[in-house]
Amino acid sequence: MFEIFGIPSGALFGQLLIGLINGSFYALLSLGLAVIFGMLNIINFSHGAQYMMGAFAAYLMLKYSGLGYWPALIVAPLVVGLTGVLVERLFLQWLYKLDHLYGLLLTFGLALIIEGVARNQLGSAGLPYVVPDALRGGQNLGFMFLPNYRAWVIVASLAVCISTWFVIERTRLGAYLRAATENPTLVRAFGINVPVMITLTYGFGVALAAFAGVMAAPIYNVSPQMGSELIIVVFAVVVIGGMGSILGAIVTGFGLGIIEGLTKVFFPEASATVIFVIMAIVLLVRPAGLFGRRA
Amino acid sequence: MLDVTAPLLAVKELQAWYGESHILHGVNFDVREGEVVTLLGRNGAGKTTTMKSIMGIVGQRTGSVRFEGNELIGKQSNQIARAGIALCPEERGIFASLSVEENLLLPPVIRPGGLSLDKIFELFPNLQERLGSSQGTKLSGGEQQMLAIGRILRTGARLLLLDEPTEGLAPVIIQQIGKTIRSLKSQGFTILLVEQNFRFASTVADRYYVMEHGRIIDQFSNSELDANVEKLHEYLGV
Repeated sequence: MFEIFGIPSGALFGQLLIGLINGSFYALLSLGLAVIFGMLNIINFSHGAQYMMGAFAAYLMLKYSGLGYWPALIVAPLVVGLTGVLVERLFLQWLYKLDHLYGLLLTFGLALIIEGVARNQLGSAGLPYVVPDALRGGQNLGFMFLPNYRAWVIVASLAVCISTWFVIERTRLGAYLRAATENPTLVRAFGINVPVMITLTYGFGVALAAFAGVMAAPIYNVSPQMGSELIIVVFAVVVIGGMGSILGAIVTGFGLGIIEGLTKVFFPEASATVIFVIMAIVLLVRPAGLFGRRA
Repeated sequence: MLDVTAPLLAVKELQAWYGESHILHGVNFDVREGEVVTLLGRNGAGKTTTMKSIMGIVGQRTGSVRFEGNELIGKQSNQIARAGIALCPEERGIFASLSVEENLLLPPVIRPGGLSLDKIFELFPNLQERLGSSQGTKLSGGEQQMLAIGRILRTGARLLLLDEPTEGLAPVIIQQIGKTIRSLKSQGFTILLVEQNFRFASTVADRYYVMEHGRIIDQFSNSELDANVEKLHEYLGV
């Protein structure tokens, strides 16, 4: 055991790891929010509830049909994403021309309903979800102990974030998405079915949240309020990164997770507020966010 | 079978609204296969709205727009594009978040018969040089106009709607665009052009329609242009 700035290395790396884990979830969730905001102009306040739905879907699949973590990682995002498609077709599509406030209120109301239903059905106490067998145990890295499941969460989250970034910034489909974000009318007049693209984008953003929820289930308890606790921080991350910026959401998500972890080591009293302090500073200096396109 | 004597595009009693404001009050004209037809008129006469109404991107429209004999008035703009009409909008519509190459490749090919990239670069050699540019909107105004025209030539659309392609451009670029339009005509494209600059239009157009207050008020062919110059000056207020 050695010390860095008078802090035992074990504590430092331990908090750094927790920071990276939290950062993985911040990144996945703010990525979904950024994709949705970019394309739909909707601030998706039900994102936290949809993350919780992912965790609950995994829990219910295990309890009622014996399907474990790996099938849940695929099926839960699909099912929850499909509910997103329904929400978009039934409600959101009528709001695009209205003020942001309407989308925000509608999705906020949905979040309350979803959480209420979850609490009613499953109670408000957290329910445990076991770590999959293949990812039990951990590695002793010499300077710290790294649980396998946590390593997996970081790697999987990075992989999903980078793939999403790649598809949006480097492929034909991504070019359609970026163009439609800028000028949907013209993209549609080129023969592309923009409304379908918008629906699928919302479904994808919601599926990302559910994917994060399944990954979170073995780490945090599965509980109705797990999303609302996290989502406030995630919105701060989105504001810092810049509304609608894909790269901004990913980099800021991981970066702020790490900063939060380090604050726990060096100045624990500020760890719960450091992200909001950064948000305030960023808003003063760069109101469009660190990666925002428009100043 | 398609009636060979029928126009490629027939617009009848076309009316259009933006919200509460009634912009087009019954527009009638047609464009025959292989023609270059120009809509002339002052600012606010309804030329751009006519283009947008054909393309299906105004709030509300009634009347009839028939293309290759099919009625398009009830169709969505993506279906209208798939029917074989492509728009080059007045504001050019180059996407800032797309590279020059992505901008060029954005409109999907809707049927065979479009120009290859090589052919497009023959028309616009500058575009090939700027292909690597990271942001479409970093090009000069002239290059952006060439990009906006070039990208709709790939799609196989038979009717091109060009909305003021010369606006704000240097004379040498205007000449190049004129040359391009003549070349496209010789390759069988049909073009509906909106222009305020009738000197430019007279170098490319077969026929003219003059618009005022959301209606067609006059029409004549290119050979009748000289006899109508006085009247045109009055219409256009030049």
